[in-house]
Amino acid sequence: MVLLKYLFRNILRHKLRSFLTVLSVSIAVLSYCLLNTIINAWYAGVSASSSYRLIVRNAISLVFSLPISYRERIKQVKGVTNVAYGNWFGGIYIEEKNFFANFAVEPETFLKLYPEFIISDAEKKEFLKDRKGCIVGRKLTERFGWKVGDRVVLRGTIFSGNWEFVIKGVYKGKDRTVDESQFLFHWEYLNETLKKTNPRRADQVGYFIVGISNPEDAAEVSKEIDGLFKNSIAETLTETEKAFQLSFVTMTEAIVIAIKVVSYVVIAIIIVVVANTMAMSVRERKSEYATMKAFGFDSFIISFIIISESVLISLIGSVIGVILTFPAVKIVGDILSVYFPIFVLREVVIYKSLSYSILAGFLSGLLPSIEVIRVGIADGLRWSG
Amino acid sequence: MEPINIVEISSLVKTYRRGNQIIPVLQVISFEIKKGEFLALMGPSGSGKSTLLNLIAGIDKPDSGSIIVQGIDITKLDEKELSKWRAENVGFIFQFYNLIPVLTAFENVELPLLLTGLSKKERKEHVEYALSIVGLKDRMEHYPSQLSGGQQQRVAIARAIVTDPALIVADEPTGDLDKKSAEDVLNLMTELNEKFGKTIIMVTHDLRAAKHAKTMKYLDKGLLIDGTAEIFI
Repeated sequence: MVLLKYLFRNILRHKLRSFLTVLSVSIAVLSYCLLNTIINAWYAGVSASSSYRLIVRNAISLVFSLPISYRERIKQVKGVTNVAYGNWFGGIYIEEKNFFANFAVEPETFLKLYPEFIISDAEKKEFLKDRKGCIVGRKLTERFGWKVGDRVVLRGTIFSGNWEFVIKGVYKGKDRTVDESQFLFHWEYLNETLKKTNPRRADQVGYFIVGISNPEDAAEVSKEIDGLFKNSIAETLTETEKAFQLSFVTMTEAIVIAIKVVSYVVIAIIIVVVANTMAMSVRERKSEYATMKAFGFDSFIISFIIISESVLISLIGSVIGVILTFPAVKIVGDILSVYFPIFVLREVVIYKSLSYSILAGFLSGLLPSIEVIRVGIADGLRWSG
Repeated sequence: MEPINIVEISSLVKTYRRGNQIIPVLQVISFEIKKGEFLALMGPSGSGKSTLLNLIAGIDKPDSGSIIVQGIDITKLDEKELSKWRAENVGFIFQFYNLIPVLTAFENVELPLLLTGLSKKERKEHVEYALSIVGLKDRMEHYPSQLSGGQQQRVAIARAIVTDPALIVADEPTGDLDKKSAEDVLNLMTELNEKFGKTIIMVTHDLRAAKHAKTMKYLDKGLLIDGTAEIFI
């Protein structure tokens, strides 16, 4: 108990120094958590992907389309349960800054393949009934103040013209990892219009979404689908949804790596800050530790006292940092919602930041404690601080 | 009956190394200290008296020779054994008290008892008794900064006796005190020696302090000279 009191009172001995150290650690942990939340947001699509879904796209590039007729042939492949399809629409709502993902999809199968998109039966029924209908994510309604029944016009960029839609439903994610900022409408609406305005582009899809009965068969099913269209005018590339999503992240991997490096630099900063404080504190108390050693306290107890103090300072700072991260993630998430629709602080980031802080505290206390152990008692007693 | 020796020092040699230079501090020293003795070690600065005290207290190691305390040659003990031995056998009094500023007088005195198997209640009894001996029971909740120099040294004395050690070593215990406080501390040490039979080894520059001791030894350039206070006056 006396040693515990000693530990806590040591932290309060230089209040300003301790306060600044704790503050530095808090800011570092806040930065670490924010950076890792950004990395997770980057990988959100990958994390949310299902192992029961495959994506079939043009083997040359995603910008090239595939004939709709491929659907029936894909359906015949053993292990395939459902096939939906869609196009990246790329429409703009009023002005460019209002960016959000919008897709033309075959709605009935799409909603079967994406059970994580929760929508009421009544709204779903209304959506399926109306070719000009659309469903939108909850976050989009909050962002633009939309409600069911509203008319929304998107200006086409890939498919020119103004496209009018009626909101028929609002979906919610099954959990917080589901993107609630998508805009989905009938592929038939797009296709019928193209048949009239640009028939050459009609009956083409950007990708197929293939449901499979067993994720373990993904490689085999993919191979078989691609085999079907080998040497055709539009060869396919089939991959798991995760691999498909990852291909987008790979394009920007350098940025992700840079952010990761910075987040590790932040951990190094914690070590340096706490180590500096501990080095100063231990130096001032060298004579005290020598006195304790003279009384019979061995190296283990002395090291334990020093390292515990270091870990405690680091942990207090990191707990404050984590607490501050919650409002920070909310604010940053709102600001970056256009780029990162899923911006949530995950438990694993909190646990990692606390674990790293404990490790940083341990390492910061280790060197000063070794120094104290190595100094002879007589030399330590002579130390005036 | 002749009192038995509590400390037996034989052919003790200690040198320090400064770069390539070897500096002799103690040159083949042998002597005994009897149980219940109050010994003053005197000598000019650099004579080796504090080094000798540190060696007897087991906080430094000699180059050669033996130091037998209560039948144990402490020069043969490793660091861990030596720590345990010090905890059980030696009480320390330092010139600058060496109290821990963030602990109260009570907690400072309690510190050496943490290494014993005593319960919290037993520790409390021991600490209160030690503080009552030095006359500071009413100040046990005070922090060192709230006490005068003399009072701080009395707390340090309480800390030195709380484990009931066989040996008390004091390095210039009055060196940082005014005349009145120094006298109080020396009277207290005399009382510990006479009333409680404690063996005390005290290093001092101050002849008035040394006069409180029963015997004196004088060190000069690492060599020992026996005598009484009068020799040095």
